Amino acid sequence: MNTISISLKVNGVQYKKDVEPRLLLSDFLRHELDLTGTHVGCEHGVCGSCTILLDGEAVRSCLIFAAQADGCELTTVEGLAQNGKLHPLQEAFREAHGLQCGYCTPGFLMTLIPFLKENPSPNEAEIRDALSGNICRCTGYQNIVKAAQLGAEKMK
Amino acid sequence: MTTQFFGERILRNEDPQLLTGNALFVDDVHLPNMAHAAFVRSVYAHARIKSIDVSAALQREGVIAVFTAADMGDYWQPCPLVVPPPPIKDLKFNERTQLPLVKDKVRHVGEAIAVIIAENRYIAEDAIADVYVDYEPLEVVLDLEKALKPDAPLLFEELKDNVAAHVIQQKGDYATAKTKAAVVVKKKFFYDRGVAAAMENRGIVAQWDRRAQQMTVWDTTQAPIPIRNGLAARLGLSAHQVRVVAPYLGGGFGPKVMMLYPEEVVLPWAAIKVNRPVKWIEDRQENFFATSHERFQTHTSEIALASDGKIIGIRDVFLHDSGAYDPYGLTVPINSQCTLLGPYLVPNYYSEFTAVFTNRTIVTPYRGAGRQHGVFVMERLLDMGAKELGIDRAEIRKRNFIPPDQFPHNHEIIYQDFAPLTYDSGNYAPALEKAKKMIGYDAFPAEQKRARAEGKHLGLGIVSYVEGTGIGPYEGARVTIGTNGKVSVVTGVGTQGQGHFTSFAQIVADQIGVDVRDISVVTGDTAEFHWGAGTFASRGAVVAGNACYAAGQMVRSKILKLAGEVLEAPESDLEIADGKVTVKGQPDSSITLGDLAGRANPMRGAVKPGTEPGLEATAYFGPSSGTTASGVHAMILEVDPETMLVKINKYVVVHDCGKMINPMIVEGQVHGGVAQGIGNAFYEQLFYDDNGQLLNASFMDYLLPTANDVPHIDIGHEETPSPLNPMGVKGVGEAGAIPVGALFAQAVEDALEHKIEVLEIPLSPNRLFELVNAEH
Repeated sequence: MNTISISLKVNGVQYKKDVEPRLLLSDFLRHELDLTGTHVGCEHGVCGSCTILLDGEAVRSCLIFAAQADGCELTTVEGLAQNGKLHPLQEAFREAHGLQCGYCTPGFLMTLIPFLKENPSPNEAEIRDALSGNICRCTGYQNIVKAAQLGAEKMK
Repeated sequence: MTTQFFGERILRNEDPQLLTGNALFVDDVHLPNMAHAAFVRSVYAHARIKSIDVSAALQREGVIAVFTAADMGDYWQPCPLVVPPPPIKDLKFNERTQLPLVKDKVRHVGEAIAVIIAENRYIAEDAIADVYVDYEPLEVVLDLEKALKPDAPLLFEELKDNVAAHVIQQKGDYATAKTKAAVVVKKKFFYDRGVAAAMENRGIVAQWDRRAQQMTVWDTTQAPIPIRNGLAARLGLSAHQVRVVAPYLGGGFGPKVMMLYPEEVVLPWAAIKVNRPVKWIEDRQENFFATSHERFQTHTSEIALASDGKIIGIRDVFLHDSGAYDPYGLTVPINSQCTLLGPYLVPNYYSEFTAVFTNRTIVTPYRGAGRQHGVFVMERLLDMGAKELGIDRAEIRKRNFIPPDQFPHNHEIIYQDFAPLTYDSGNYAPALEKAKKMIGYDAFPAEQKRARAEGKHLGLGIVSYVEGTGIGPYEGARVTIGTNGKVSVVTGVGTQGQGHFTSFAQIVADQIGVDVRDISVVTGDTAEFHWGAGTFASRGAVVAGNACYAAGQMVRSKILKLAGEVLEAPESDLEIADGKVTVKGQPDSSITLGDLAGRANPMRGAVKPGTEPGLEATAYFGPSSGTTASGVHAMILEVDPETMLVKINKYVVVHDCGKMINPMIVEGQVHGGVAQGIGNAFYEQLFYDDNGQLLNASFMDYLLPTANDVPHIDIGHEETPSPLNPMGVKGVGEAGAIPVGALFAQAVEDALEHKIEVLEIPLSPNRLFELVNAEH
């Protein structure tokens, strides 16, 4: 089996691994690094559940090979809470009941983090637009939008 | 100070784990030496299998085994029937259940033919292409009417036709009653297929411990206990040798309650065969083919109305698409048949359906489970009748509501729980009035006229529905107080995002005076609780919730009894709050629940005869019939006359699910249901070609509503408690989804000034364009 040696930082931890060239980044995170908070919903880049931060930008980890992340700095949902304390956006999701089954939630969080950094005071239409590439089947989005608004306040 | 948790907007106990990525889903289970499975699936909708050659696959590096039906020996037998048909006179039902791996004939695209076990999922999926299946394609059966013609090709040759079931239910005498009608409206309606599309696909991990002779299965099921029972029976094991765990599930919505899916039969067997844990995770495309669908029915319906708009009777004859097998019995079409009656007095009803086998994926309940179709037919008939009679559409509904003094109301037909369709309680007019007010019903005609003058096409819709919820047979719960004062609540149902970890805790917290955060709820693990049915039919809160309530009450009695002895005070003088028992008026005379739990489990002395150790109790709740929730949805939408795109400007739900355990969770359920209803009404449709190939089996092509498509939803609550349980609760899981198709149809017609008549769901911009142009 051909492998490629990659070195990358995930949630502040440096990893060096040999991976198959075709290994998806989502599978690498979940099954090689045991960071199973990143979820896979469609494996073709539509649902957004697998969204992570790659060098600060929200990307779909099911559309990237692990090898392409060589030398990059990644953040997954496991990297949000610090010292056992929820990130303000996570708190907002809880307070606004922005999750039900919670499967799509990590993807929504990781989509919103860079969005709110760039646009700290978004209106509802902007939030809905920013989230339109993430599918949630439980909430009808209403409370996710509310959570994003609340999160924006908390993050200021 | 006693805190009341029941009825409060308590934040969810489960959220921190889910939000931090630390909740266990099935695909997160990693076991040492675990192998991975992939299924070879039929590429034809209908074909005879002449031969299967797996030799090339076996030669691929990393492939451990390849199994077909021929390898399964006596273990191979059709999957069990989940729900037998109800006791209805002259009912015809042809039981044909799915096959673990197909032996000789495939009946829909995606049917499992072989399973590959490999070192990893990538290799297992590679090897699918190595398996050569020699098919002899057969003519396919897709159209429901053609399927019943004498010359139609047959899915099951031995049956002589494609009839899965035939059922007639009636009350009164429609044919005679109809002669007195002022107006009879007769129409044909279509309701097409869709998928539940839970964000998490199905998945199974099976581990056979040969030393302990123990099978453990992690399964994305809504019903772990029936899965355990079914597997134990099949594997020839005792129930206690099989543990099924349904951990966190990424949505269920019905299709995860098949018992059993072929993969659930195959994986545990394969794990024994290869003597390694085996994992299978469905991919999204497989989910479109191999996880059940719902909804395709065609109704030929008529309503007879008196001149004042009162319903004289209804006749409805429909065809129901079963798909290739009918393992879930008649639940879906029976729901359609029953729910059609809605919140209305219908003195004469004739309903006849034929369920038809077709070469498509099986149909089993998906949120609403047939109720949508019935509501669509009834609400459309009322709209059309109102129009003919010149009666306002809200008014005609109001005139036909079952009045509050006529409950319990027996509709005199049999429901899906085998009991007569009897509504426990209801008060429908106030919900309608509230919805009218919230949507701005009276002001709308002027608003519509004003908008029309500006070239805008606004339409309003308002519809009513009922939702049969909380059916039996039963659920149970065990409540235990630990010596640390923390409480565990264990129940057998599975959970898929409904907030059970919080709502069940709220119920028990009030009973035993502890903080809701000090209660941990366990669901979906047969090793923890091994009696029960599962989470479906909006029954979790009603049935499992009332079992929690009963167990909580029993523990409360034990607490008071023991505390009375310890504190030397009569029970009536004791109060339980904040995790301790105190003698009223004597704050120093108290004991914590943790200490009391320790005393209830002594290491010396004796547990008195007639008592049990510990502060623990198990209770069951088995309702004789279900609770009937109800509601009204209203919306104002705008149709772009050029593109036929629809924008929802306002959406109102007024619903009544009796007493609410947690209004925040209830509202979330309604929001999600409406979103799925909107998808069903305007975005989601499965397209098959003439060969039975599903053409849009991906999220690129099957349109799920996004944050830009689902509007803000205003919710109003009405509260008519159920008399059937001590908490007065009714279910709410499906309420949001049920009436949306009917609502959409009415509002679109209104927006297009009744230039079209909407007889079908789903709609789409494309379809609306066709309809509008066909009328010209």
